[in-house]
Amino acid sequence: MDIFTYPFMQNAILSAFLGGIACSTIGVFVVLMHMPFIGVCMSHAAFAGALLGQWLGFNPMIGAFAFSLGAAAVVGPLADRGELNPETSVGVIFSLMLGLAFLFMGLMSGPKSAALELLWGSILTNTRGDIIILGVVAVLVVGIVFLFYKEIQATVFQRDMARAVGIPATLMLYSILFLTGATITASFSSIGGLLIFSLILNPAAAAYQLTYNMKRMFFLSAGFGVLSTWVGLLFSYLFNIPSGATIVVTSSVIFLIAVVFSPKRKVKRWQKESSAENVT
Amino acid sequence: MTDVTSLYTHSIDIENAVVSYREDIALRGVSIKVINGEFIGIVGPNGAGKTTLLTIVNGMGKLLQGRVSVLGHALTPGNGHSLRKKVGYVAQAENIDPRMPMNVREVAMIGRYGRLGLFHRPGKADWQIVDTALELVGMTHLARRPIGHLSGGEQQRVAIARCLAQEPEIFLLDEPTASLDWKAKTDIMELVKRIHDLRKLTTLFVTHDLSALPVSCDRVVLMKDGLIWDEGLPGELLTSETLGQLYDLTVAEVEKRRGEAALA
Repeated sequence: MDIFTYPFMQNAILSAFLGGIACSTIGVFVVLMHMPFIGVCMSHAAFAGALLGQWLGFNPMIGAFAFSLGAAAVVGPLADRGELNPETSVGVIFSLMLGLAFLFMGLMSGPKSAALELLWGSILTNTRGDIIILGVVAVLVVGIVFLFYKEIQATVFQRDMARAVGIPATLMLYSILFLTGATITASFSSIGGLLIFSLILNPAAAAYQLTYNMKRMFFLSAGFGVLSTWVGLLFSYLFNIPSGATIVVTSSVIFLIAVVFSPKRKVKRWQKESSAENVT
Repeated sequence: MTDVTSLYTHSIDIENAVVSYREDIALRGVSIKVINGEFIGIVGPNGAGKTTLLTIVNGMGKLLQGRVSVLGHALTPGNGHSLRKKVGYVAQAENIDPRMPMNVREVAMIGRYGRLGLFHRPGKADWQIVDTALELVGMTHLARRPIGHLSGGEQQRVAIARCLAQEPEIFLLDEPTASLDWKAKTDIMELVKRIHDLRKLTTLFVTHDLSALPVSCDRVVLMKDGLIWDEGLPGELLTSETLGQLYDLTVAEVEKRRGEAALA
């Protein structure tokens, strides 16, 4: 039980909790709006931005935030107009960001260990300051979902329809993209630039398999997010391996288990039965 | 608001509307007046500007020129939001993810959201309105089903219930029967007519499919190339001659195709 007595472990457990909630809540939007590519694009942009900061000597978090919002500003309008074509425009931006990231890393002089830390994340070195930022973002994300639940529900269901009933759906979409950028930036140092997106996607995708109720999906996703980070942290501690990797592997395992037990796999059979009923 | 309602006789008054999307001109100067409670069918080939006409009524389309007045208010870029809450809009059936975590009742409730405004949660009265609307469209027995499990026709009924829950004064339908089978199509047409008769809503029904036009509508407007090409009573207007001109076909061809369609 000495795992709980080290201050760095306490910081890590708290970071894991807050980051798990923020990322997996954002993930619900990503899954329901069918825009995983936007999330991938933004998290890689954040990665490139952080490396730029490190190279030029300013706070990597500022670079990450600016770059992820920049990516959202380019990809957001494409998504909003329904012209999103993941194979081309988003793919170009995604690969550009990854290219920039490695370019900045290559231009850096001296040892690359700090840059690699951005790649893998290092939740064990999180400071009080990191935790405060994570806490603010987690409260912001959960608070906005709580306050604007019905607008969010309508927007993720069908944006045009939400707009037609008088909901500011475009504003909601951009708020969601902004929150995604903030969440990615805040969770960056803990999970790492390459892996953050799986902590966004996997818990929400697992929750999506298990329920037909959107509120429950938010709770399940947050639960899976925290579970992934805590179990991942434990394995990282026990076997002395990078925490970002163990967190991502755990969340993927949770997703696979959810798929196996998903009642939604029976949808097709259910639909066949009901159409058979109609015939008879 | 009620004072204003009594002051206007035309719930929709469009004058010389010009709308363009990028390089294409979608409407080239359309004028139309719609009386309160009128049921209008709008027919024309694809790309005639029918959908665009609906989008300027609910404030989603941007006017380049002209004037639009809805429910006695001139439509400006600023008041589209508030007017939209009184205009129900049903688009053609979209593919809904069968795993979407929302049930039929929740989807119909979205119609109330605009009216409720920010920070207000739906109350008992709102759920009652939703349940009444679902009953009217015959979807009460499926109210708790996930929306994605319904057939296309059933989903369109829910979309109509959503509009009714909005308690609109104008009812816009944009190809509501497209991609539905014959029975679902005729069911929806009957339902729209029944709702119009029951609630006296000003109704605009857009279709490119003649067989999907409720014959009992008060007036038919034919559109082509972004213009209103002709209008009149359905019986007088929907002759093989006018249809031939509208769709660039000879009269014989129109009659042959209509005969074939009747057999189908």
